[in-house]
Amino acid sequence: MREMTIGQFFPGTSFVHRLDPRTKLLIMLAYIVLVFLVKGFVGYGVLAVFLLAACLSAKVKIGYLLKTIKPIIVIVFITFVLNLFFTEGETPWLSLGPVKIYPEGVRFAVMMALRLIFLLMGTSLLTLTTSPMALTDALERLLKPLNKLHFPVHELSMMMTIALRFIPTLMEETDKIMKAQAARGADFDTGNLIDKAKAMLPLLVPLFVSAFRRADDLALAMEARCYHGGDRRTRMKELHYAKIDGIAAALTLLATLGIVAERIFL
Amino acid sequence: MEILRANDVSFEYDAPEEGKPAVKAVKNVSLSVQQGEFLCILGHNGSGKSTFIKLLNGLYLPKSGSVTVGVWDTTDESHTWDIRQKVGMIFQNPDNQIVATVVEEDVAFGLENMGVEPAEIRRRVDKALSTVNMTEYAKQSPSRLSGGQKQRVAIAGVLAMKPDVLLMDEPTAMLDPSGRKEVMDTVEQLNREKGLTVVLVTHFMEEAMRADRLCVMEKGSIVLEGTPREVFAQTETVKALGLDVPPMLELSERLKNDGIAVRGDPMTIEEMAQELCRLKSEI
Repeated sequence: MREMTIGQFFPGTSFVHRLDPRTKLLIMLAYIVLVFLVKGFVGYGVLAVFLLAACLSAKVKIGYLLKTIKPIIVIVFITFVLNLFFTEGETPWLSLGPVKIYPEGVRFAVMMALRLIFLLMGTSLLTLTTSPMALTDALERLLKPLNKLHFPVHELSMMMTIALRFIPTLMEETDKIMKAQAARGADFDTGNLIDKAKAMLPLLVPLFVSAFRRADDLALAMEARCYHGGDRRTRMKELHYAKIDGIAAALTLLATLGIVAERIFL
Repeated sequence: MEILRANDVSFEYDAPEEGKPAVKAVKNVSLSVQQGEFLCILGHNGSGKSTFIKLLNGLYLPKSGSVTVGVWDTTDESHTWDIRQKVGMIFQNPDNQIVATVVEEDVAFGLENMGVEPAEIRRRVDKALSTVNMTEYAKQSPSRLSGGQKQRVAIAGVLAMKPDVLLMDEPTAMLDPSGRKEVMDTVEQLNREKGLTVVLVTHFMEEAMRADRLCVMEKGSIVLEGTPREVFAQTETVKALGLDVPPMLELSERLKNDGIAVRGDPMTIEEMAQELCRLKSEI
């Protein structure tokens, strides 16, 4: 259970690693928009070049990046199949009784599958090269203007930090409780789905009780260390935009132009 | 010089259910802490010691009586954060007091809250980590550290805030023996070498023996006070309070009962060995 790969971070000193996390978040935002804007294979070509360049300069193995698709492979497949069968066009390619496959369907299904794969690979590249701390930090600073609208920006990022901090602790705790319950005859592995869900109950109750107790302790400890919200709070590591952020932004702009051009002219 | 003072302090928790009486945890305790001393508050579970120590930095406010830190009263809200900076606190559970996902970020947490300049934070964090010998773990995730190491990180987090007093609420209760020694050695070193005032709450007799002064709490009051030697010499009283007596004191007590004139209440094995050699040479 402790070998979760979601959000795993590999420290490094590459071009991508050294980018300001705010730049990376903004590029990611632009990238997601682009993935949805892409109309044809030329656009995907542009995105693929962009992703490949980012991947190479981050010194992340392409094979590793491909592996991150594994958890959603089923979803990709279902999307592909659904679009394949339910997109209608003019002349069917294949017809097996009521099932008709049109060339438009094939094209659309491939596009949709690619869209999902590109989304996941892009976001994985972000989390692989950016520490969770840096990400929450960047989010806090990017959302700062929302403070004027009384949106609790600092509180949100503090909550994210604490959640990240306590994931391993609570995992360990779950493990411990599971073993304790198993030692007293609890069975987590057999039976159907409902049985398994029911078996989880004696696990969840103690886990929640202990999480609340931890929250109480943590609140006291934070208060003891002068925590009183985000006002007048400083940070040890300040974020500064540098030249490389400009370069990365320019490259992103180039990719954007390419995809916009594809939408207009092709 | 007096640095902390509790004046006839009482505290009670809200009643667990309506209609039941409130739980009196601390009753009319007066205590003065001198600068640079190592004070230990000993007591078994439910004696009110953990509640009492939380009154000393304003985490809890007294129901009656007063607590003063230097010239500030803990009930004066305009100085709450000054008091918390001057009087740092380490808690029992090492996991539940670490906020950040990186060791050095956690040490910086208090300083960030105080609004210290980034360059100064960096300097103080590095210094605090080297004081507790945790520099090599600065970039690591706290979840991979041992209990003793986590407590040392927590101590660094407090030290970076440059406190005058370090309050410790059973900091070793959840650690294994080696972690316990690690933490106690660090604390003792800080007290002896840096002159940091330490108030330690514990139920371990061995830890209490390291202190300059010892207070024993029972049912919310201080019932015994003095140097560890003075307190533990009252073997019968200490035992009646449900606490352990250091084994060597126990031994000398039994020897005395058998008519052997042991002198000077030896507390450690070395002292006992010396005393026995002296007795032997007299025969």
